[in-house]
Amino acid sequence: MNQQTLNIIVTLIPALPLLGFLIHIFLKNKVSEKVAGFHASAWIVISFILTLVLFFELRNTPEINVQLFNWFSVGGMEIPFAFLIDHLSILMMLVITGVGSLIHIYSIGYMHGDEGFNRFFSYLNLFIFFMLTLVMANNYVLMFVGWEGVGLCSYLLIGFWFKNQEYNKAASKAFIMNRIGDLALLIGLFLMFQYLGTLTFEGVNNKLDVSSGTSYVPDTNIITIITILLFIGACGKSAQIPLYTWLPDAMAGPTPVSALIHAATMVTAGIYMIVRSNLLFSLAPITMDIIMVVGIVTAIFAGSIALKQNDIKKVLAYSTVSQLGLMFFAIGVGAYEAAFFHLITHAFFKALLFLSAGSVIHGLHGEQDIRKMGGLGKYMKITHWVFGFGVLAIMAVPPFSGFFSKDDILVSAYLQSPVLWGLGLIAGLFTAFYMMRLYYLVFRGEERMNEQTKSKIHESPKVITVPLIILCVLAIVGGVINIPELFGGDKMMMHYLSDIVPMHVHHLDASTEWMLMAFASVAIILTIVAVRIKYLERKVVAENDADMKGLGKLLNAKYYVDELYNAVIVKPLHALSEFLYKIFDLQIIDGLVNGAARTTGYFATQLKNLQTGNISFYLFAMALGMGGIILLIILM
Amino acid sequence: MNNNGTLSQQLITIPLENYVVLCLILFSIGIVGILMRRNLIVVFLSIELMLNSINLMAAAFSSYNNDPAGQAFVFFIMVVAAAEVAIGLAMLVMIYRNTKTLDINALNKLKW
Repeated sequence: MNQQTLNIIVTLIPALPLLGFLIHIFLKNKVSEKVAGFHASAWIVISFILTLVLFFELRNTPEINVQLFNWFSVGGMEIPFAFLIDHLSILMMLVITGVGSLIHIYSIGYMHGDEGFNRFFSYLNLFIFFMLTLVMANNYVLMFVGWEGVGLCSYLLIGFWFKNQEYNKAASKAFIMNRIGDLALLIGLFLMFQYLGTLTFEGVNNKLDVSSGTSYVPDTNIITIITILLFIGACGKSAQIPLYTWLPDAMAGPTPVSALIHAATMVTAGIYMIVRSNLLFSLAPITMDIIMVVGIVTAIFAGSIALKQNDIKKVLAYSTVSQLGLMFFAIGVGAYEAAFFHLITHAFFKALLFLSAGSVIHGLHGEQDIRKMGGLGKYMKITHWVFGFGVLAIMAVPPFSGFFSKDDILVSAYLQSPVLWGLGLIAGLFTAFYMMRLYYLVFRGEERMNEQTKSKIHESPKVITVPLIILCVLAIVGGVINIPELFGGDKMMMHYLSDIVPMHVHHLDASTEWMLMAFASVAIILTIVAVRIKYLERKVVAENDADMKGLGKLLNAKYYVDELYNAVIVKPLHALSEFLYKIFDLQIIDGLVNGAARTTGYFATQLKNLQTGNISFYLFAMALGMGGIILLIILM
Repeated sequence: MNNNGTLSQQLITIPLENYVVLCLILFSIGIVGILMRRNLIVVFLSIELMLNSINLMAAAFSSYNNDPAGQAFVFFIMVVAAAEVAIGLAMLVMIYRNTKTLDINALNKLKW
């Protein structure tokens, strides 16, 4: 293919979703659900096909550069509006458009009959556009545009059912928390421009890459500050401690949104950004340690919260936070490709889990409390099966996809220190526990719905189950893209990414690796058995919120982190604004303005007495004035 | 007066100061008239007096400086003054018809 054709293809990939957004935002509800849903999905499917074409094209060339126009140039700063398609971004694009297409099709069934149906699809299209911009950009500024754009779409879609005030609050919370991270990211970019003089990925890498014969000697302190700021940005977007509390609340949005934005794609933007800047991060060992600690703490912390949640989507939400924590953990130990591998498999199985949870909610007509479910396997056979496979994949049971990616992370952690391996395993066991608990409480055991609901339970229509089955296949076999040497694989993805991400070679002998793997698998299976005994055979069901005590209550209340933030940040801020409003604004500012008016008014009242209506007095005053002026002129 | 020269030469022999003093006196009489008298017609006359004192001054300076522009100005002022007198007197007539008096202090309705 020549450059011209490539240019057109690359431009079309983000342009089509944007077109879909524009069409539906202007048509509003003038077209029927069917037309809108079909069109919106078709644009994404076409984008996916074009991305596939690019993927095969990339076998011949390492990267494709497409410059659309020069966006702006100020002084020494030149920011092109240009796309860079290399092995890293093409994988992201495949995930975004691929999973995105499935979720679009699924939404046709899920959102059926909603009054905001067309609006929903236009937002989804807009999201895909911004997400593609984020991963296709060839510089940090354009990436930042996509970064903010997906934040906007996230806000719009969390608050999609805007008539519910709680949902609006959740949307605002997500937006504000992201804003904190984005501010840090922006400052990081400013510093980067000041010290490196460039903001394109290529420019930054050339500046730092020793092998390219650069004369630039990086100042470790500056690089550390820049990377920490970038990482704070990633924390906001990817829901890490301390900025994670928005993600569980974001479940207020429709379930396809949770699957697409808050599990598969947007929240992984932070991982993508760090993997993209891996040269920079590798120069800052302190930041790497911080990332590792934050990652593993988040993974365990969020995992433990998920143990006691009773909302089907909340469990999955905390699970997402926990898995993202694992990815950051992998980055922290220097295994960028393991993090990215887990990102991809996670996109498959978490999207699958969310969508099948959506299918359950759909089948139960909006019920989300797992204490009121149970035994659904009988009624919803397909959903039951795909959810089961999704659970196996996320628990890292061999040979499902999650096993390979999690194993990759654990092995990389073991290379650093066995303690880290142990911590990673604990996070993994938490995952196994809460996922099996969720599975048993929803699909197995006794039926706890009331009779009225029970009579209406139904399996979801094909438009929902077919995407589920496709995702299920991906979640099962997704691991093949990076099978380790141990199983006769050749780490395909690692080699594929070797241009961008430094190769991470294991120095672990086979027997140790086998042993670790066996140990982890046995631990996971034991956990599964324990959960089975507790929730299936002893029929333990989560107690009512009021009956909880001790550790369970602490976990159920999410460690009171929201309350803590409320007390430490929100309340003082409110008090401050109250003070500024009542004292500063109402008294000082208003006092100044009103005081000026009152002073003028006072003098005017006094001076108006001079206007007596008496002409001789006026004439006298005039003569006196003229005399005064003449006197003044003479004297001067 | 002596017989040497024409009238204008004889006028020049009158020092400029005399004219200035005369004008100042006329002008001051005008001002005092405006300030002191309560009859509108007298006030009006005082204004005319001031106007003409200025005219006289302009003519005197013009003559002393051999510059005709000053005298041309005097004519302009007289034309404008004629128009002003027409309007002013008309207003006085209207005021008298409405208030039946020409006392200046009767016109004190327009105040705060």
